[in-house]
Amino acid sequence: MPEIRNYTLNFGPQHPSAHGVLRLVLEMDGEVIERSDPHIGLLHRGTEKLAETKPYNQNIPYMDRLDYVSMMQNEHAYVLAVEKLLGIEAPIRAQYIRTMFDEITRILNHMMWLGTHALDIGAMTVFLYCFREREDLMDCYEAVSGARMHAAYYRVGGVYRDLPDEMPRFSAKDLQRDKGELDRLNKNRLGSLLDFIEDFTDRFPGCVDEYETLLTENRIWKQRTVGIGVVTAERAKALGFTGPMLRGSGVEWDLRKKQPYAAYDKVDFDIPVGVNGDCYDRYLVRIEEIRQSNRIIKQCVDWLRANPGPVMVENHKIAPPKRAAMKSDMEGLIHHFKLFSEGYCTPPGEVYAAVEASKGEFGVYIISDGSNKPYRLKLRAPGFAHLMAMDEMAKGHMLADVVALIGTMDVVFGEIDR
Amino acid sequence: MNATIKITPEQRIAKLVKALNSAFEAKEYTVDEAFGEITLTVPRESLLEVLFELYGHASLGFDQLIDLCGVDYSTYGRVEWETSAASSTGFGRGVDRDVNIDLKEANRFAVVYHLLSIENNVRLRVRTYLDSEHPIVESVISVWPVADWFEREAFDLYGILFEGHPDLRRILTDYGFVGHPFRKDFPLSGHVEMRYDPEKKRVIYEPVSIEPRTLVPRVIREDNRYVNEESN
Repeated sequence: MPEIRNYTLNFGPQHPSAHGVLRLVLEMDGEVIERSDPHIGLLHRGTEKLAETKPYNQNIPYMDRLDYVSMMQNEHAYVLAVEKLLGIEAPIRAQYIRTMFDEITRILNHMMWLGTHALDIGAMTVFLYCFREREDLMDCYEAVSGARMHAAYYRVGGVYRDLPDEMPRFSAKDLQRDKGELDRLNKNRLGSLLDFIEDFTDRFPGCVDEYETLLTENRIWKQRTVGIGVVTAERAKALGFTGPMLRGSGVEWDLRKKQPYAAYDKVDFDIPVGVNGDCYDRYLVRIEEIRQSNRIIKQCVDWLRANPGPVMVENHKIAPPKRAAMKSDMEGLIHHFKLFSEGYCTPPGEVYAAVEASKGEFGVYIISDGSNKPYRLKLRAPGFAHLMAMDEMAKGHMLADVVALIGTMDVVFGEIDR
Repeated sequence: MNATIKITPEQRIAKLVKALNSAFEAKEYTVDEAFGEITLTVPRESLLEVLFELYGHASLGFDQLIDLCGVDYSTYGRVEWETSAASSTGFGRGVDRDVNIDLKEANRFAVVYHLLSIENNVRLRVRTYLDSEHPIVESVISVWPVADWFEREAFDLYGILFEGHPDLRRILTDYGFVGHPFRKDFPLSGHVEMRYDPEKKRVIYEPVSIEPRTLVPRVIREDNRYVNEESN
């Protein structure tokens, strides 16, 4: 009988189910994992160091590029931190817009997660379905900020501009299709952005049902997820889990409820909690979160329709003046020039602001020495702590389960490597 | 949790300050409150003891370590552009980028811990200062296992050593990287750049060819808005 030796296997960094650039060094005993050592940093861009050399406002676009599937939530944490430092608060309408777009972002993120997670463990169709709905939400991003992903829409003191009255439409020129097809595509784009979002929230629960018919009771899906990567509540806390990873283990903790920011204390929603702390429970938690997000978006749409108002603070030391004022008023011109060249100085001190991002607690810690740039910016990425637990979660599982674990952690290297 | 009893964040913070004061009575730790957040500054000798108390104490119960990071305070409050007075030719345009760092500075580095108590729904920041020559502090893996990678990151980026860490390797920088990139005396553009050399048929490292430049200088403005706030 030949001798059986432990095997060291290199997984990634170029592997379709590594969700980016994860390199895992796995020590295997046959097909069972004895130890896993994730090597990260292949996407390290030094965002925190770069931020030390940029005025506060110029750092907002860097935030989009951290967790690049939940862009606006990262911006949210950053602007909250700077606002806390400056002692200002965004107008109520901006708070609702932020709440709405945070939830749109959460759906975007969870669609991406669900699609790729399912694809990784063998369900192709879900991926196509999820990306179909993502496309509509991307259009909302584009309508409001001009960019499909890296929006830089949230600004210190509010949001860049109010929601547009007109939803961009497909034109015959860029589609090369017949009239009927064009009308079908433009059917829900005839009104404002809010009309479009409302139409989305009306049909979206049906879409989630569709995903669920494909997965929730699916035998193969359950075989691949039930009992895989079990984490107890105690262990989840010790390992620094946050967000759906923590809730999947049965800890009822959600910053939107417990430490509300933006307009979360004014909207109605529930926190789903898992029982067993395995991949399947985390799947169920995220699916329910999508439904709750949809509920929040609906409430925000109703509020935003009824309550027009400013979306940016009037303080022109922090927010740029109106274009018209800049052209005619000397003070407006000076404010504009100062703001876009030097920026603003914050009072010295340190703040930590966190939001419940799609993956967990995304925190921004800023130390200011009173200058126009952060002295130190630390980004607390949820995925960093989650990926650290890979060794513990993968121990004793089969090689194929690693893929399920990467999926359930919802890793995105933009935020982990920063 | 307190589903029935509604308490405001301010009350929670007051409660925490009270609990901190009673738990660390007669010890010289400073408790600062600013921006609605509490910072506890602890000498490094008693750090582990304090953190363990914060974790285990019934009225504190900080069961999660949310974040751990290093800080380099060596250029704190220094500006790149002096603009206090105009000369006959206007304001100076020169940017002072020289970094002169006192390598024997006592409080150059700091390690900052962000703790969260899920039970009591409060956050706490704990900071300990480290000197420049021996930036070494005890590892807190024994209290919160999550510290593992955070400590590796602080080691990688700042060169802070964590005593008792089982596997203190670099984590974010490249294999074979030299230096600690987030220190203030490490230039933004780094020291070496990498390219493929077609003659040697391998990747080679060379000194950087790009000049460092400052687009927007760091300035500190004495702002009356914040001065008034403090004196009130």
